[in-house]
Amino acid sequence: MWLHPSNPQLDKKGQLHHLLTLEGLPAEILWQILDTAKTFVGTKVKKVPLLRGKSVFNVFFEPSTRTRTTFEIAAKRLSADVINLNVTVSSQSKGESLLDTVDNLSAMHADMFVVRHGESGAPHFIARHVAPDIHVINAGDGRHSHPTQGLLDMYTIRHYKKDFSNLRVAIVGDILHSRVARSQIHALATLGCPEIRVIGPKTLLPAHVEQLGVHVFHDMRQGLKDVDVVTMLRLQNERMQGALLPSAQEFYKYYGLTQDKLALAKPDAIVLHPGPMNRGVEIDSSVADGRQSVILPQVTFGIAVRMAVMSIMAGNK
Amino acid sequence: MPGNPLPDAEQLLTALIEQMRPAVGPDTGLIGIHTGGVWVAERLHQALKPKTPAAALDVSYYRDDYAARGLHRDVKRSEIPFEVEGRDLILVDDVLYTGRTIRAALNELFDYGRPASVRLAALVDRGGRQLPIAAQFIGATLTLRPGQNIALKRDAKGRLSLELREEAK
Repeated sequence: MWLHPSNPQLDKKGQLHHLLTLEGLPAEILWQILDTAKTFVGTKVKKVPLLRGKSVFNVFFEPSTRTRTTFEIAAKRLSADVINLNVTVSSQSKGESLLDTVDNLSAMHADMFVVRHGESGAPHFIARHVAPDIHVINAGDGRHSHPTQGLLDMYTIRHYKKDFSNLRVAIVGDILHSRVARSQIHALATLGCPEIRVIGPKTLLPAHVEQLGVHVFHDMRQGLKDVDVVTMLRLQNERMQGALLPSAQEFYKYYGLTQDKLALAKPDAIVLHPGPMNRGVEIDSSVADGRQSVILPQVTFGIAVRMAVMSIMAGNK
Repeated sequence: MPGNPLPDAEQLLTALIEQMRPAVGPDTGLIGIHTGGVWVAERLHQALKPKTPAAALDVSYYRDDYAARGLHRDVKRSEIPFEVEGRDLILVDDVLYTGRTIRAALNELFDYGRPASVRLAALVDRGGRQLPIAAQFIGATLTLRPGQNIALKRDAKGRLSLELREEAK
């Protein structure tokens, strides 16, 4: 057994081998990723030769534009060769199993898989199956985890707020279906954020969410009071089954981030959104484009964070 | 220091400054290699006062031992606050050994532009080159046994000193 006995993301030396979830990832590794990412932000030279000759396969079983593109840019800026596979429209529809797909891609000499899948746990499954020299990055699995998004959110918060130890962070909206929210909560807790709030209607909060160590609010006005960071989530219509919400209009009325609700947060509070945004559903356009919004810097930092993850992982044997 | 077989780093620095003085003009770019080389470059810059600000290079993304040893734990940002294109440059490192760090630094430099010339300054040359690389400015030449390493240290007051380290067998 070459992986760490208690954490399948780490090798025997405790170094990052796969990135599957931020849950249980040691703070030291999170800090290393954030510090390394900083070396890629705003540099004059965009491309470095670190991953020359390596092949990164973006394997997306679920559609995505932003995440796939930023992974592709990150890999290319490290000089890796990138192969994009949109599996939803190819083999799987012909009936090939997940493992057969992965075996075939491994036979094409992949060094790294970036996997997005609609089923929670699919990247873990692949990571357990691949040869020991192949690395797997989870680019979002079901409702479970989206570690690089969580990391880029942490990078963004650190960039603007410098330090986590005095922060009050509110995560607002559809927590139930959000792999982003789970990743943010785990990362914030590991990095020492003392107060994490989740705000949303009962139907869009997971049962027993308090057990993650967060404070629960159903009234957004109460929840936003004096927070330093507001992170909005997308209303995930595609994952909703049954009547969890009366209507998008009603959701906007109670949980949409408008200027007057944002005014309850600290005056220098920043607003994050993982994208894609539903303007007028979870966020008002004037907030999305306003002075407190850091939504576009998030995208830029996302490339640096993904470069950091790949450069650290690919160097670990 | 009694019992310390290594020369005094501050004296070597003074010698290096005097060697370099005729070669450093107002537009010369001094580029230190992290971490020790950056300290030396800062001191050279203070003494020789070129108009061009001092620069710092971290060669971690250009190293040839990445595949074997992985990414350095504490990568710093490379900061070259001037135009490299067409400029006379001096790379500065603390200890010159195999020459592989300098190879990586040259590759990184050329991603910034095509300098007019690149010369190399090292506080200590300990021999053992594995590549055809030579320094034009050297504080001292030392002979060390394989397994012995020297590292530059900087104390709270900014004073530089050399430390001998025996590699664990």
